[in-house]
Amino acid sequence: MADPTIVAAGVGKRFLLHHKRATSLKERLLLHRQSSSEAFWALRDVDLEIGAGHTVGLIGPNGSGKSTLLKVLSGILAPTTGTVTVRGRIASLLELGAGFDGELTGRENIFLNAAILGLSRRETQRYFDDIVAFAELEQFIDNQVKHYSSGQYVRLGFAVAVHVDPDILLVDEVLAVGDESFQRKCLAKIGEFQQRGCTILFVTHALDLVPRICSRGVVLDHGRVLHDGDPVEAAERLRSLLGTGADQSGGGADVGADRPRVTAVRLVDPASGDAKGHFRGGEAMAVDFDVAVPAGAPPVAVRMAVTGPADVPMWVMTSEPLYPGPDGMATVRFTVKELPQVKGIYALAVAVRDPVSNVTYDARRYSEAFLAVGDTDTGVLEVGWTAEQLKHHPENQIER
Amino acid sequence: MAQLQQAADARATAQSRVRLELLTELVRKDLKVKYKNSALGFVWSLANPLLYLAVFTLVFTFFLKNRVPWFAVLFMSGFLIWSFFNSATLDATGAVVGNANLVRKVRFPRVVLPLASVGFAGVHLALQLLVFFVFLVPFYPDAFGPQLWLLVPALAVAVVFTVAMSLLASALNVRYRDVQHLLEIALLAWFWLTPIVYPVTVVRDELAGAGLLWMFKFYMANPMTGVVVAAQRAIYAHPVVTADDGGLAQVLPAGGYGFYLQWLGVAAAVSVALLALGIWTFRRLQADFAEEL
Repeated sequence: MADPTIVAAGVGKRFLLHHKRATSLKERLLLHRQSSSEAFWALRDVDLEIGAGHTVGLIGPNGSGKSTLLKVLSGILAPTTGTVTVRGRIASLLELGAGFDGELTGRENIFLNAAILGLSRRETQRYFDDIVAFAELEQFIDNQVKHYSSGQYVRLGFAVAVHVDPDILLVDEVLAVGDESFQRKCLAKIGEFQQRGCTILFVTHALDLVPRICSRGVVLDHGRVLHDGDPVEAAERLRSLLGTGADQSGGGADVGADRPRVTAVRLVDPASGDAKGHFRGGEAMAVDFDVAVPAGAPPVAVRMAVTGPADVPMWVMTSEPLYPGPDGMATVRFTVKELPQVKGIYALAVAVRDPVSNVTYDARRYSEAFLAVGDTDTGVLEVGWTAEQLKHHPENQIER
Repeated sequence: MAQLQQAADARATAQSRVRLELLTELVRKDLKVKYKNSALGFVWSLANPLLYLAVFTLVFTFFLKNRVPWFAVLFMSGFLIWSFFNSATLDATGAVVGNANLVRKVRFPRVVLPLASVGFAGVHLALQLLVFFVFLVPFYPDAFGPQLWLLVPALAVAVVFTVAMSLLASALNVRYRDVQHLLEIALLAWFWLTPIVYPVTVVRDELAGAGLLWMFKFYMANPMTGVVVAAQRAIYAHPVVTADDGGLAQVLPAGGYGFYLQWLGVAAAVSVALLALGIWTFRRLQADFAEEL
């Protein structure tokens, strides 16, 4: 790996969690002695060398420090320990359209955003038509951005960012937004960058994307690098981590070895039995739970809720009582024949409990368990709909 | 080695050019956003100084029987520069905090945020001065005399001082939001401690009358006073004028430019020192901006 483009050596990032944050002088003075702040290491001893032209997927559970690492590498946050050396023009897509001003038109925002990302006015003028074409906003480019749909907004943001012509591209989950055709376009653009020898580091929750486009996968957990190498292994490593990770434990009280508990969860395609992380509405989905039932314990049942945004339970499924094998293990499969027409990231809340008294022995929450994909990017439901004006007045139509 | 140095220099030049373009782009944006959907547009920015002029003329010329002839010229000479300093500093104070979303998500030279506030106020000052001078041509042609050159160093010092205050206030405000409130009050007191609505000679004569002339030095040490008095001397052409009652009135210290240059020099020294402090503070604090917001 000659001439690495990004070198992070022993990088650590500590945040101070102020229980009461001093944001004013008075508080600063009063709280000075008794300031109750708690150090939290978002990153710990991260060593990373990324050579020119490599594409690295950065994955990990929520709160594992992925975004913090991207921010440190892109120079937005200063590392607490260690050093970061970056060679080349860096573009970080942490949020698309950050810095857009709603009052300005698309055209004006292109120049503003490009300037913020480090492009000169002349360069922007040269790329302008490409940017507009990529965002598919030819008709709307002189409209105020506040009137854009969220899809148009994101497209424009992505279009500007990828035309900055970076040597290094840092991408934070921005591919998850936008409709499918735009996602394809973004992936094609990333492929183009790869061919040009651009170094790419991107954070994603779409685990099957990692082996597909990355030459390397890095798994972060609790701010430490858990795995750095083969992308397929990286995705596997994370799947197993998500299945049994202690950090996924929710309201489960003190779970001793003598109590029934969930030991693993797997989302699979019921037809093939293969692991799968994202589903379309209408597809079949199965969730397998391994449950350890200690000898002599009363029978247990598994109750599972699929929860959507704001932890609203979408639907709840309950199993019959389970009877473990000689090894004390039972596996229960919940199958959804046709997934409802939902979209977005869903969590699973699972409880192992007494089928009669409903006493809960173990409760866990697996956030971001699966991704439901639809044709559009807004809303949570895929609904067939039409819109028409009931009384039509073509004579009042205004040309715009 | 020499080649490496050259490459580094070229990169630094390119970088500062891009920074300058970013700065112009931000100022352009602020101007566009401010006057979008407003029929009169920039004319509104003339409303504020005109309103102040009307009120102060009413109060000081009619109620308080101020004897300064051409009070409007004296007032505007100082007030336009003051309002540049005032609005740039206040605007800059909220510049980093107000762009939190950008600061947390994008890497770019943060220093352009307060500088854009200064640039925005600077554009207004330039246009307001232009309108002011257009009015001076028929009504007060004496302004266009040799003394007008004093305006150049006065404006230069005003810009340096404003940049220094803006850097300092914008960086400190990220950590201590009190800065905003503190500054709002301080600027109000500061305005009245600067000879804008009254001639500086009033302060001098009152202090001398009370035997406290030594205190006048402290009064003059305020950099904005040095700037404002020099600007007044530049535009309000005659330090000694015939008052309305027929007697002679000394509106500005008479006797050459020594007095003005001396205090402008003090203001410049204070400004440069404050600028160094401002740059140092901003550099030190900016690494934590993304975290503190």
